[in-house]
Amino acid sequence: MLEIRDLHVSVGEREILKGLTLSVKAGEVAAIMGPNGTGKSTLSYVIAGREGYEATTGDVRLNGENILELDPAERAAKGVFLAFQYPVEIPGVATMTFLKAALNAQRRARGEPELQTPEFMKRVKEAAASLGIAQDMLRRPLNAGFSGGEKKRMEILQMALLQPRLAILDETDSGLDIDALRVVADGVNALRSPERAFIVITHYQRLLEYIRPDSVHVMAQGRIMRSGGPELALELEERGYQDYIAQEAA
Amino acid sequence: MIKLASEAEATLSSFYEEMRDKGAPRLRAAGWAAFSEFGVPNRRVEAWHYTDLKTAMGRPAPLATASRAALSLPRAHDSLRLVTLDGVFRPDLSDIARLPDGVAVQSLRDALAQGEPHVLSALASADIGAQDPILALNAALMQDGVVIQIAPGAAIDRALELATLASAEAAQSTYTRALVMLGAGARATVIETLGVLSSAPAQDNCALVLRLAPGARLDLVTHFSGGVDQAIRVASLLAHLDAGAMINSFALIEGEGLNRRQIFTRLDGENAKAVFNGATLGRGRLHADTTLIMDHAKPCGESREVFRNILDDQSVGVFQGKVIVRPGAQKTDGVMQSKALLLSEQAAMNNKPELEIFADDVQCGHGATCGRLDKDQLFYLTARGLPRREAEALLIEGFANEAMDAIEDEQLRAFLSDRVSAWLSRRISR
Repeated sequence: MLEIRDLHVSVGEREILKGLTLSVKAGEVAAIMGPNGTGKSTLSYVIAGREGYEATTGDVRLNGENILELDPAERAAKGVFLAFQYPVEIPGVATMTFLKAALNAQRRARGEPELQTPEFMKRVKEAAASLGIAQDMLRRPLNAGFSGGEKKRMEILQMALLQPRLAILDETDSGLDIDALRVVADGVNALRSPERAFIVITHYQRLLEYIRPDSVHVMAQGRIMRSGGPELALELEERGYQDYIAQEAA
Repeated sequence: MIKLASEAEATLSSFYEEMRDKGAPRLRAAGWAAFSEFGVPNRRVEAWHYTDLKTAMGRPAPLATASRAALSLPRAHDSLRLVTLDGVFRPDLSDIARLPDGVAVQSLRDALAQGEPHVLSALASADIGAQDPILALNAALMQDGVVIQIAPGAAIDRALELATLASAEAAQSTYTRALVMLGAGARATVIETLGVLSSAPAQDNCALVLRLAPGARLDLVTHFSGGVDQAIRVASLLAHLDAGAMINSFALIEGEGLNRRQIFTRLDGENAKAVFNGATLGRGRLHADTTLIMDHAKPCGESREVFRNILDDQSVGVFQGKVIVRPGAQKTDGVMQSKALLLSEQAAMNNKPELEIFADDVQCGHGATCGRLDKDQLFYLTARGLPRREAEALLIEGFANEAMDAIEDEQLRAFLSDRVSAWLSRRISR
């Protein structure tokens, strides 16, 4: 599904990713763990296509196609979805209006017919109900004045509607209490399928108790330092990231 | 330059000679005296600093003398229309026969000829806006317009549209004035449409005088459109609110040329409330100036202003807003906000908010910002699949929507939203 090879990325003058290599298969849930400031969010932005995050060498392939030259909307239409660590507030734009515009823009880009309002409403209502999102919230401006937990649920709602092939969850657990974490995790788990891959970026093992990963990757100093199975997360929880930072320094 | 200016004023003086015996001589003479003191304002006049009318006007276009015979006017909304075309009120193009009970309409020309004291005194702007030379000039030169009186307690469901239109093929000047008087407790919706049906550079000076008796409520939607680069439009709004009266106003300004909307409002009774919101859609070389004076003269007044300027190409926006709280106008609550979105390198915005507070128990605030589309918001929307231009359009629409929240009439809101969408789709497609 996703092949990242020797990726170097600079933001401004600073090189953040320094030869990152990562492979995620269809159906896989890959957890990326690592200390602050190692480039985890940069990785998510590069995959989603954020302006100013330029790859100097290396490539990112989605189902064999190098996506680095595509703009964010084209990547989204090909199935890339980023659940933001800090979802952006957009005053004046009703959530429902945004959801419909996004969904239909992707469908148009893929040559699929646009969804008409009744069918769209049905899908939104179902997804909202399963995530405990009140109808009233959908009429409000997107994320404006939403609590941290509401914003994260809204990200998962968007994911459920857009049905991406590769979903990146950037610290979706941050700022969530245990009940909200469970709701969000259930939402993610419901979307797990053999055709879909997830990259779950997190500091803590906690989220991975709810979203069981197939693989765990330790990221430090702009690279994947070690990869393993779910047991690696437990080891990190016990020993911290000290080993990897020391390794880099040596 | 000085020679040109004196030439402009000489031309205007000849207009005054033509108009001075056309009713309300004292009102005209007072207007002419006030205008003569200042002349056509240039950048050195503080209130006109960002809109150099003198340079733009050059030599005034000839005074409009005739109105087109017949014309078919498209309808944008389900309103009762009252048309002033090329400076002349046109009953034949208006929905006079369909006016509901409680609404009395006559032409300004007839009203001036009859000279009813209460109408004449309502038309005068002696207390508010008196400092403005262009409004004074309007009083001196007013040709025609419409006078509407709404009976006390009447609730008028259908919106009344005051359409002031220019259709002449050659440049001409028009001076029009409308008066809307709402009796105690009356309710009405007025749409003020200023449009141009030809490609001639018209010079239009129009005024709308609103008198709200105690407890009256007026919903007002203003729409500026049309025009060409060299066109000039100065539209003054005088609103006088008595105790417990309310005005809820929104203005959409688009089109071309030099546009100035100046609002002089006085809350002259306790518990009066005024909402003046607006959005400007700037493209090409549009110059759009909104200058507002909100005068709290009595206690417990409330005022709200939310303005949004969306400026593309070389368009220029101006917002000058002054909230005055007079001595004794305690418990005044005023919030004024102007935000601008610059969509091109050449677009420019001038924001000048002011507070003048002479009472000690008030809550007043203002904010003015100017910026570009937010990169984080754009990335968020494009990452969800919206192409760049569509994402921009959605953000711009959201920005404009914030000023439209207070519009209660669904049909009018839809009409205005459609105008914003049409403006945006032109931007997407080019």
